[in-house]
Amino acid sequence: MTDAKGARPGARPLSPHLQVWRWHLTLACSILHRATGVFLYLGAIVGATWAFSLASGPDAYGLFLVIIGSLIGKLFLFGLTFSAFYHLANGIRHLAWDMGEGFEPKVADATAAAALAFGAAATLAVWVIAALTGGL
Amino acid sequence: MSGYRTPLGRARGLGSAKHGVGHFIGQRVSAVALIFLVLWAVDSALALAHTDYENAVLWLRSPWNAILASLLIATASFHMNIGMRVIIEDYIHKPPTKAALLILNLFVAVLVTAAGVFSILKVALSGGAY
Repeated sequence: MTDAKGARPGARPLSPHLQVWRWHLTLACSILHRATGVFLYLGAIVGATWAFSLASGPDAYGLFLVIIGSLIGKLFLFGLTFSAFYHLANGIRHLAWDMGEGFEPKVADATAAAALAFGAAATLAVWVIAALTGGL
Repeated sequence: MSGYRTPLGRARGLGSAKHGVGHFIGQRVSAVALIFLVLWAVDSALALAHTDYENAVLWLRSPWNAILASLLIATASFHMNIGMRVIIEDYIHKPPTKAALLILNLFVAVLVTAAGVFSILKVALSGGAY
């Protein structure tokens, strides 16, 4: 085809966006993968801050512990725990897809539910262990 | 200008520099490494959650902890840099804004690696702030 007839390149059909997709589990999991990735980006900055405060001495480390031990700090860490486990499990789905496995709708739905369940269960387990070992 | 040329004709000679899959492969290889590093990090965070400054320093002075913590921060920075790049490229279409955000994203990733690894080595090699 040449440019002589038809639409200009700028007027090509656009890919469907969020507003026109029917919500379903695999869609939600895909969005959540990206959202938890962004959250883990912040978590990596906090992780580097942990090492930096430890290298800066007891006062700086004490301040870090106060902030991370506050209610907001704990909520952040709780979200970070879920983000890590969910992103990890859903990332394994992605690795399977890259090898051509798991695209059938029923399998994709089942692994999506499994990734969510693993994220929730592992997060609860870690926070129960933290509470039992005096980490809270 | 060259409206009569076919799309194939325009594309010829402008094609792949054989680097097209670099980010794709890098993202997946770092993902495999991060499966193990993140699980180790969660276990370590649980151990560190109920210790004070002195014990945290002692923990990081153990060679394996210092090595794995450095690998974690470097691999995570590499992985998150590519991930955030994809997000920026998906949503930001104004060239100057996109370029600025891509540069900022790279700077954050490199700074996180440098600050994290330097701090880890300082604690591991000198025993903290002294």
